[in-house]
Amino acid sequence: MTDRSVIDSAQVLLDTRCRCKLNAPWTQFMADTFADAGDHLVDIRDLHFSRGERLLFDGVELSIRRGEVTAIMGPSGTGKTTLLKLIGGQLQPDRGTIHVEGQHVAGLSTRGLYKLRRRMGMLFQSGALFTDLSVFDNVAFPLREHTDLPEPLIRDLVLLKLQAVGLRGARDLMPAQLSGGMARRVALARAIALDPTMVMYDEPFTGQDPISMGVLVDLIRRLNDALGLSSIIVSHDVAETARIADRIHVLHGGRIVESGTPGALYESQSEWVRQFMHGLPDGPVPFHYPAALGFDEDLMSQPRSSRGAW
Amino acid sequence: MVNGFQRLGARALAIAERFGRAFLFLLRALAGMPALVLRPGLVVQQLYSVGVLSLVIIVVSGVFVGMVLGLQGYTTLLNFGAEQSLGVLVALSIVRELGPVVTALLFAGRAGSALAAEIGLMKSTEQLSGMEMMAVDPMNRVIAPRLLAGFLAMPLLAAIFSFLAILGSYVIGVGLLGVDAGAFWGQMQDAVEFREDILNGVIKSVVFGFVASWIAVFEGYDAEPTSEGVSRATTRTVVYTALAVLGLDFVLTAVMFG
Amino acid sequence: MRNRRLVEIWVGVFVAMGAAALFGLAIQVSNVQVFDARGGYELELRFENIGGLRTRAPVTVGGVRVGRVADVELDSSTYEAKVTVRIDERYEFPEDTSASIYTSGLLGEQYIALDPGGLDFYLRDGDEITLTQSALVLERMIGQFLYQMGNDDD
Repeated sequence: MTDRSVIDSAQVLLDTRCRCKLNAPWTQFMADTFADAGDHLVDIRDLHFSRGERLLFDGVELSIRRGEVTAIMGPSGTGKTTLLKLIGGQLQPDRGTIHVEGQHVAGLSTRGLYKLRRRMGMLFQSGALFTDLSVFDNVAFPLREHTDLPEPLIRDLVLLKLQAVGLRGARDLMPAQLSGGMARRVALARAIALDPTMVMYDEPFTGQDPISMGVLVDLIRRLNDALGLSSIIVSHDVAETARIADRIHVLHGGRIVESGTPGALYESQSEWVRQFMHGLPDGPVPFHYPAALGFDEDLMSQPRSSRGAW
Repeated sequence: MVNGFQRLGARALAIAERFGRAFLFLLRALAGMPALVLRPGLVVQQLYSVGVLSLVIIVVSGVFVGMVLGLQGYTTLLNFGAEQSLGVLVALSIVRELGPVVTALLFAGRAGSALAAEIGLMKSTEQLSGMEMMAVDPMNRVIAPRLLAGFLAMPLLAAIFSFLAILGSYVIGVGLLGVDAGAFWGQMQDAVEFREDILNGVIKSVVFGFVASWIAVFEGYDAEPTSEGVSRATTRTVVYTALAVLGLDFVLTAVMFG
Repeated sequence: MRNRRLVEIWVGVFVAMGAAALFGLAIQVSNVQVFDARGGYELELRFENIGGLRTRAPVTVGGVRVGRVADVELDSSTYEAKVTVRIDERYEFPEDTSASIYTSGLLGEQYIALDPGGLDFYLRDGDEITLTQSALVLERMIGQFLYQMGNDDD
């Protein structure tokens, strides 16, 4: 049995066994996903946000379509993770609006926000697994918190999700016993436990060995298609992201500088985007951090104090 | 000079702000408590890590503090020929002061620091954030049960400490030094009043438990999400709890026995 | 989570220990049931001098404790000490009962000893005992002793 068919059959089983409890939202979500495939899941308009003195977003405009794998890319420190937190309502924008599924995130009550979050999955960079719970209990956590399903049913659901990420055999391990890649897959299984409409991935590929990386890349794409999700990936790993993204938005200097399919971005007119996509060492972003003095001058000048740094 | 005032002002404002945050945090955590009635399992789990795991240190310290008090009290009382009153001396000092205070200090070292470190690490590894994104409020799921377990555990720990300390001094005083067992218990029972002494001691330990758990969970939750931040939060928990307990003890003693 | 049962058992043991300790403190250490401040009845005693008598000092009859000192006041008209004692309701004493203040041990606590008389009428709540003997104050005794010595010399 191929992995793909496992996920498909899992979906069928999920659908039949949970009809009792999850029926209404589930059919609603299927209808939403497939009927209005054209409309936007997330709409960001004129987003401004600064952290302390630093202006991170200066008028971001971004629309994310349903059913696609959307990547938001940019160099480190441009606030990609912050953007996910803004979408998830963990931070409030200084100006501008974010709509998710037509709801104005910053304007929601706590209750409304939590209701919305049940339909969002988020994969944190660290995985954020609960270290005091086993793999099984981690995946079961959202189910136990949000549903009154009987334990046997929870067990079935958890095993399905773990099977989908290929870690059914690891269910009794503790998070400390997992490799980084496995931890991320468990976190992914947990993120999709409540059958969300969208999953957000925060730097899913950093610090992974090539094999785990390949597994994750493949998994994100397959889950997206098999479960009818919409995925948002935040990353600076160009090659891996480009392999699976339907659309890439490049974030630079607080704005989206370019959007398009991976192919189009590789051939971008903008020198900066080309430097980023191809990973060139020099270009519009200079190799040298700007210094006050020239190199020769700097070497010749006297230190202001003869005392050392200590 | 002006700079000095400015620094002082800035510091005072920062402290006031922190107090405000701690207070709001407490209100949010208390708001999460009623829901725990439906999930006693969460509290039981925390009672285990806060209460049961502190038992060893409480039992051992209680017995030894009692034995030391027995020895010291006996030699001092002997000077006045009042060594038969050892029971009174030991019982009053333990029930009124040492029981609640020493238990609170040990609690801060054993359970408070562990609570702060655990919550701080959950924050720095994004577990709290992750919980929020799973639409689970960490205030209800993580903070409230720990706070409640702290409130409940402290009076029990203090009672165990006090009782064992009195037993410890009994062993030394009666078993080793030859105080009459009848005089030991009899004079103690004459002098110790249930409402004045025991109940006030229990009230003290309830207050200390409240403050110690509050400080621990707040410091953990408020920790900077770095390893340095977590270690600072742990240290602060112990230091602030100790200061708060000793200060409050003075105030409470003045009100209760003054 | 894994050893849920074990955790629950331990917590049960912990709570039981705590409750037992509280119970032990109440019964063994403070002897809670003997004197509730509300139970019993009150008598008034007037002394010329009470020495170091304090509230909560024991009241005994023949060495058996029957009550506690509830309040000590100065009667501003007679300049006598007015001591209110609370007596356990199980005991009744005749009206001609007298009271003295003694010290337990050389430097110990002061207490009131009642000496029951022989009448058939018994003291009721709020009654007064006037047959009292004041506390012995050491300085006064020494003063009297020296005074007598001086007299003997003459």
